[in-house]
Amino acid sequence: MGIIEAILLTIATAATPLLIAAVGELVVERSGVLNLGVEGMMIMGAVTGFGVALLTGSPWLGFLAAIIIGALFSLLFAVLTLSLVTNQVATGLALTLLGLGLSGMIGESFVGMPGVRLANLYIPVLSDLPVVGRLVFGQDPIFYLSIALTAGVTWFLFKTRAGLTLRSVGDNHGSAHALGINVIAIRYLAVMFGGACAGLAGGYLSIVYTPQWVENMTAGRGWIALALVVFASWRPWRVLAGAYLFGAVTIGQLHAQALGIGIPSQLLSSLPYLATIVVLVLISRNRRLTMINTPASLGRPFVPDR
Amino acid sequence: MVLKGTKKKIMGTYVQPGSVGAGPYLLETRGLTKVFGSLTACDHVDLKIRKGEIHALLGENGAGKSTLVKMLFGSLEPNEGEILWDGSPVRIPSPSAARKLGIGMVFQHFSLFDALTAAENIALSLDQDTPISTIAAKARDLSKSYGLPLDPGSLVGDLSVGERQRIEIIRCLLQTPELIILDEPTSVLTPQEADRLFETLERLRDEGKSILYISHRLEEVKRMCNSATVMRHGKVVDHCDPRQETAASLARMMVGTEVKSAERTPAMTGKSIELLGICGLSRKPAGPFSMPLKNIWLSVKSGEVLGIAGVAGNGQGEFFEAISGEVLQDDPDTVRVCGKPAGRLGISGRRLLGAAFVPEERLGHGAAPRMRLSENLLLSRHETDRKAFLGSLGMVAGAAISSATQRIIEAMDVRKSAPDPEAASLSGGNLQKFIIGRELDRQPSVMVVNQPTWGVDAGAAARIRQALIELARAGSAVLVISQDLDELFEISDAISVMHNGELSEPIAIADATFEKIGLLMGGAEPGHVDHHEEVA
Repeated sequence: MGIIEAILLTIATAATPLLIAAVGELVVERSGVLNLGVEGMMIMGAVTGFGVALLTGSPWLGFLAAIIIGALFSLLFAVLTLSLVTNQVATGLALTLLGLGLSGMIGESFVGMPGVRLANLYIPVLSDLPVVGRLVFGQDPIFYLSIALTAGVTWFLFKTRAGLTLRSVGDNHGSAHALGINVIAIRYLAVMFGGACAGLAGGYLSIVYTPQWVENMTAGRGWIALALVVFASWRPWRVLAGAYLFGAVTIGQLHAQALGIGIPSQLLSSLPYLATIVVLVLISRNRRLTMINTPASLGRPFVPDR
Repeated sequence: MVLKGTKKKIMGTYVQPGSVGAGPYLLETRGLTKVFGSLTACDHVDLKIRKGEIHALLGENGAGKSTLVKMLFGSLEPNEGEILWDGSPVRIPSPSAARKLGIGMVFQHFSLFDALTAAENIALSLDQDTPISTIAAKARDLSKSYGLPLDPGSLVGDLSVGERQRIEIIRCLLQTPELIILDEPTSVLTPQEADRLFETLERLRDEGKSILYISHRLEEVKRMCNSATVMRHGKVVDHCDPRQETAASLARMMVGTEVKSAERTPAMTGKSIELLGICGLSRKPAGPFSMPLKNIWLSVKSGEVLGIAGVAGNGQGEFFEAISGEVLQDDPDTVRVCGKPAGRLGISGRRLLGAAFVPEERLGHGAAPRMRLSENLLLSRHETDRKAFLGSLGMVAGAAISSATQRIIEAMDVRKSAPDPEAASLSGGNLQKFIIGRELDRQPSVMVVNQPTWGVDAGAAARIRQALIELARAGSAVLVISQDLDELFEISDAISVMHNGELSEPIAIADATFEKIGLLMGGAEPGHVDHHEEVA
């Protein structure tokens, strides 16, 4: 396995959790809800996924548990912001703080334990092809799931009636309500889908990316996922591009540090964030497209006038 | 209340005076009441609509028409009273329940989604099992057969008010309802478009459908409706047959007192100077669906009201943006305000030269919906009244602003529920009075207004028109862009017509006729349809 191939593989692994969390949040925001608790849901997914995989020995049960805990955590957010109409920004921040604290407590006994590994896909012949073999046919199953998720969400949002309804709720919840669309129910579902994705992304971190539990191991990835959604103008394939760019620069700067390039390591560490934001700002310069894709009711509370 | 007491006993046999035949009632409300806090928006309202009739609901802004209609359409739940559909009591808990019963609604404040296409907007209100791919074709067919030109692929955000309404109407018709509720449907249509709509409505009536028609245009109501219910301050004050009434008597029932139309005092004599000049204004289309402006020349002199007529979507919005400074010109001399070049100045710069602007869209453009009236006043006049409102230190002078707000509210008779309410809580007519009053209060030398009385009731509209005439007679130049020809004939000294982004020579009001202006509007439809085929 050549060095280039290894680098490309690690890039995919670094990008996958970002992609999953960001695509989930994209659906949430398309429905008009701003959930800033992605980081909190991710870290809960990470600790739960790690713990369940460790106790049962099955990484798949770990992923399932991560998905469930992410959805449950987002349900808490949904009840607070949608039913009790609390401020979405404040509630999202609280969710993140709660998740970080709670996961540290739950995960105390997991620190330093070796995790359960998930085998990569192996298809005889295909996976052994030179150069592309490992990249295309030999990655972990969640990688393929993340690509399918991006395609599926694109199809759902722009080709199905349910997706159209969801976008209409995000564009103008008052009009949607007047048409008889159940705004609150749709937002509940969207928020919980986002939570499930964030949970899965967290589980990926602790089961595949670095198979161990470390406190605060999400290290701000939830926030990057949130930024990706905005700078990608709420379009799934742009989120994918942003996630992979972030992954590439992350891995690139690690190698640069290892090679001992004469640039302060702190500056190199900040590169992925800078590069992702600059590139996404550049591609979202088309204001008309941004206008069309920005959910107009994003973050605005909805109370039906009864 | 007296009415209710006497009528309730004989409800079963009560026949509205002058209604055609004694067919069964399709929809009936008994004592329908809705209370918001201390305000009783609808107070024991009795309404009866027969099968196959066009029933008018008349009333000023704030009379409770919208609240009543929202209860019929399931957007609001009544506190008291019952609704009978086909003779049996029903509960309408949601709009989808209303639609299932067979009630369709065309909203006044459109319930459309800006970021979606016309076809997607229509799809959202149809049955779940209607395939989205067929809707565009269906909508196109229906729009042709009912004479409502529409490009299903265009984004609603790019469309004019008139075009948006067509989507609403088509969306409603696609659901094949039994009862169609239309809230101020003709307020944005040309005479020809309105005539087509009337034909459509009459056809629907002949097919046995019922129509509840809310309008402040009394001539239309007289022409179309066989019966009417008049509301005032939340109560039903009268039932009548509009065909037996005069426009004046209908207005009297609605308002409770006589309504005067605006009085056009004779134009100023003596020397008048050009205050607003547009010299060769051209503009490329801003979006794929908007109009270019083609070499527009125009001059408005002191003491003059110039009206701009035209079918919706012929460049009026783009024209207004260019004059107001929302969009800048390359050559400063393209727009001249009070003799000074203003083409490269923004809105505040042009205001400082003495101009004032009232855009078409009241909420979100003319006023920030979730901000108080006083805050909205500061937002639009922080440059022109910097000394009075912000002081030398740039601190908000609350007292000066609230007294100015109060002055405007009194001058324009703005009716509101709180001392300084949020803009969004005012009815359309009252908010428009405030926005116009906010500009008039500065005594601007140049006033540019786009659709001054759209969706505004008769009393408020007359007041706004009178104020514009008075401003001109006091020596200002007034430019009014409107799709309401009656309005333009009422207040203008000359009328120009905008069609396909071009502006005609002004025609003095003495020489102008409906036919002449109508012809200039380009036979109205062909030009418009061309435009849509270009972009489709």
